[in-house]
Amino acid sequence: MSTQETKNGSLFTPFNIIAGIILAAGLVVTIMRFTMGLGSVTNLSDNNPWGIWIGFDLLCGVALAAGGYTTSAACYIFGFKRFHGAVRPAILTAFLGYALVVFALHFDVGRPWRLVYPIFYQQGTTSILFEVGLCVFIYLTVLFLEYLPAFMEWKGGFDKYRGILVKLTMGLTIFGVILSTLHQSSLGALYLIAPSKLHPLWYTPYLPVMFFMSSMFAGLSMVICEGTLSHKYFHHKMDDEYNAGYLDLQFAFAKASAWIMAGYLAMKVLGLGMDNRWHYLFTGFGAWWLFEVVGFVVLPCYCYAVGFRDRNVGLVRIAAPWTVIGIMLNRFDVSLIAFNWQLPSADRYFPSVGEIIISLFVVTVGVLAFRFIVTRMPIFFVHPAYKDSSH
Amino acid sequence: MKRRHFLGLLGAAGVTLSTGVSAKAASSADVKGLPNSFGVLFDASRCIGCRKCEAACNVVNELPQPAKPFDDLTVLDTVRRTDAKSYTIVNKYTPEAGKPPVFRKIQCNHCMEPACASACFVSAFKKSETGAVVYDASVCVGCRYCMVACPFGIPTYEYNKVLTPRVMKCTMCQPRILEGKLPGCVEACPKEALVFGKRRELLNIAWDRIGANAGRYVEHVYGEREMGGTNWLTIAPKPSFAAIGMDENLGTTSAPELTSGALAAVPAVAGIWPVLLTGLYAISKRKEKIAEAEKQEAVEQAIAKTSAEAAEKLAAELAKAEAASKRHTEAEVKKALEAAAKAPEGGEDA
Amino acid sequence: MFNTLQDLMLHNKSVTYVLMGLVLICFIGFWRFLTGREERNRRY
Repeated sequence: MSTQETKNGSLFTPFNIIAGIILAAGLVVTIMRFTMGLGSVTNLSDNNPWGIWIGFDLLCGVALAAGGYTTSAACYIFGFKRFHGAVRPAILTAFLGYALVVFALHFDVGRPWRLVYPIFYQQGTTSILFEVGLCVFIYLTVLFLEYLPAFMEWKGGFDKYRGILVKLTMGLTIFGVILSTLHQSSLGALYLIAPSKLHPLWYTPYLPVMFFMSSMFAGLSMVICEGTLSHKYFHHKMDDEYNAGYLDLQFAFAKASAWIMAGYLAMKVLGLGMDNRWHYLFTGFGAWWLFEVVGFVVLPCYCYAVGFRDRNVGLVRIAAPWTVIGIMLNRFDVSLIAFNWQLPSADRYFPSVGEIIISLFVVTVGVLAFRFIVTRMPIFFVHPAYKDSSH
Repeated sequence: MKRRHFLGLLGAAGVTLSTGVSAKAASSADVKGLPNSFGVLFDASRCIGCRKCEAACNVVNELPQPAKPFDDLTVLDTVRRTDAKSYTIVNKYTPEAGKPPVFRKIQCNHCMEPACASACFVSAFKKSETGAVVYDASVCVGCRYCMVACPFGIPTYEYNKVLTPRVMKCTMCQPRILEGKLPGCVEACPKEALVFGKRRELLNIAWDRIGANAGRYVEHVYGEREMGGTNWLTIAPKPSFAAIGMDENLGTTSAPELTSGALAAVPAVAGIWPVLLTGLYAISKRKEKIAEAEKQEAVEQAIAKTSAEAAEKLAAELAKAEAASKRHTEAEVKKALEAAAKAPEGGEDA
Repeated sequence: MFNTLQDLMLHNKSVTYVLMGLVLICFIGFWRFLTGREERNRRY
C-alpha cells in the first residue's frame, strides 16, 4: 500500500482503485438518496423500517468499535502498562468507528438535519434510543479528546493544550467505560419494546446484558485483528515500544475474550432456562440459533482458549476474525433475521444495492481515514519530541 | 452538643419526614389514567367491507387519491396494511370455508400506553386527553423507531419524500372530536359497525352485545387489556380474532413497562461505575506499589548480601595477606639473624 | 398528576438524566477533595 506508493510514486495501487470505485459509487447513491428520497435507494418498507444501515452500520459499527474502551480500561484502570502502545490505535479505531456511525445515520434518518433535536430541543427521555443518542454523542466527544494529543503532537505548537488533555486521561477513560456500558447495552435494549416481533430465542430481558458482554469480546477481538493487519501494512510505522507489547497483548486479549465469551454463553443458556425456550431449539430458527451460538461463539471461544494455553498465536489470529464475524451475525440476527420472523417471506427484508453501496462507502471512508492518520501521526510510534510525556 | 445526641435527633427527623409527609416521589399509583377518554368500538360482525370509511378518512384528512378508487372492492382480495396514503384500510378474511367472509378495519388503536410515544426520542407522539395519540411532524427526525415499536404495525413512513417525510397514521380525527364531531370513518359507516363514545361506555356496550348474542361473538373485547389496553376496541364473531388477522399473543404488558427495567439500569451505572472503576484502579495501583516495594526490598537485600560477602572475602584476603607478610618479615628477620650470626668470625676490625 | 405511565416516566426520567449529569460532576469534585493532599503519582 504505502510502500508501493513511495516506490512507484503511483496512486493507483489495487487497493486504491477499488476504494476509488466504492467512493464514486457511494457519491452517486448519496446524491440519489438526497434528491429522490429513501425509497429510491433502499428496500426499507413500512413492515421493515430498519435495514442494514441500522443492523450493520449502527449495531455492528458500535460493537466493533468497543476496542477503545476495553483497551484503555485494560491499560489505565487495570494497570496493564505493557499494553500502552496499543491504546492509541484502539482509540483511533473507536473514534473513527463512532464518527462513521454518526455519518451513516445521516443517510438513514428521514431528516438528518434534525439529529440534534433529541439532545438539544425536545428530549424523549422514556426512549432507549434517546439514551443511545445521548451517549454516542458524548462518547464521540470523549474519543475525540483522547485522540487529539496524537494530532497535536503531529501538528506541533499545542503543548499546553496537549498537556491538559493528557492529564485528563484517567477521567476520560473511566467516563468512556461508563458511557460504553450504557450505550452498548442500550442498543440491545432497543428491542425490548417489540417482544412480538423478535423470535423468542433472541428476545430476552437479558438483551442489554448480552449486547454489553459481547461488545467486550468484540472490541478485544477487533484490536487483535487490527493489530495483525496493521503489522502487515504499517510495520514501518511501528516503534519498539509498540512491538514489545504486541504479542503479549494478543495473548492477554485472547485469554480475556475466552473468559468473557464463557460468561456470555452462560447467560445465553440461563436466558433460555428463565423463559423456558428449550423447545424452540428444535425448530428451523433453533438450528440457526445453534449455528450462531455454537458455530460463532462456542468454537472461537475454544480456539482462543487453546491458543492461549498453548501459546499458539496462529490460533488466536484465527479466533479473532471468527469472533468478529460472530458478533456481526448476532447483530444481524437480532435486527434483521430473527426480527419480523413471523412475516410471510414476501414481506421480509433484503438490502438493496444502494444500501450495500453506502455501507461499503462508509467503511471505505473509515479505512482511508485510518490509513491517512497512522501514516502521519504518532499512533504506532512515539513522537520523538514527546518521548518523556507520552501517554 | 454531643455527637450521639445529634445523630439521634437526625434519626428522629428522618423518621418523621418519611411518615408524616406523603411521598412526593411519584409511583405508578400516581397515574390517574384517562377515564373519560374517547374511543371507538368496531364490531367485525357488522362490517360489510364497503370501504366507505376509507373514503371518508381520505377526504377528511386530505390524503392523496389511491391507485384504485374506494368503490373498487376487488382491492379486498389482497390482504393490505396501512401505508403512507392510507390511515385506515379494510381487509377481507374467510375464517370458515363456505361461510360469508368477515371484514376488519385496521387503523391506529390509540393505545392507553402507546409504544410509539414510549419509543420516540423526541417525544413526537402524545396521548392526548381525548384519548387520541397524536403525532407532531415538526420535531420528528424520521428515525422510525416508532414503527419498530408498534406491536400492531400501524405507523407508516413517507419514504419517497426528501425534505418533509412524515410518519403517517390515524389521528382519531382529533380536530373533529375536539369540535364535538364524529371521526370521519365512524360518521360514514352505513352499518353502525363503528361506535364512538367514552371508552368505559364502549366496554359496557361491547360486553352487553356479547352477552345478548349468545354464542355469536368471541367472549373477549380486543383492546380491553392488550398491550396495557387500547382506546380502539374490537369485538368479533367466532371462531377467533386470529382468524381475522389479529395477534392474540400480545400480552397485557405495555411498552413503558417493557422498557422500564432497562431504563432503570442507566442511572445505576452512572452512580455505581465511577465508584467501582476508581476502586479497581486504586486496587491495581496498590498492588503495583506493593510489587514495587517488594522488588525494592529484594534488591536491597541482594545488595546487602553481596556487599556482606564481599566484605567477608576482603577481610579474609587481608588477613591472608597480613599473615603472608608477617611470615615474610619473620623469614627475613631469621635470615638477617643467621647472616649476623655468621659475620662476627672474620669481621671485627672491618 | 399524570395521565399515563408514559407521562409519569417521561417526567421521572427527565429529572433522572439531569441528576445523572450532576452526580458525575459531583463525583469529580469529591474525588479531588478526597485525594487532594496525596502525593501526586505520575499519571503518564
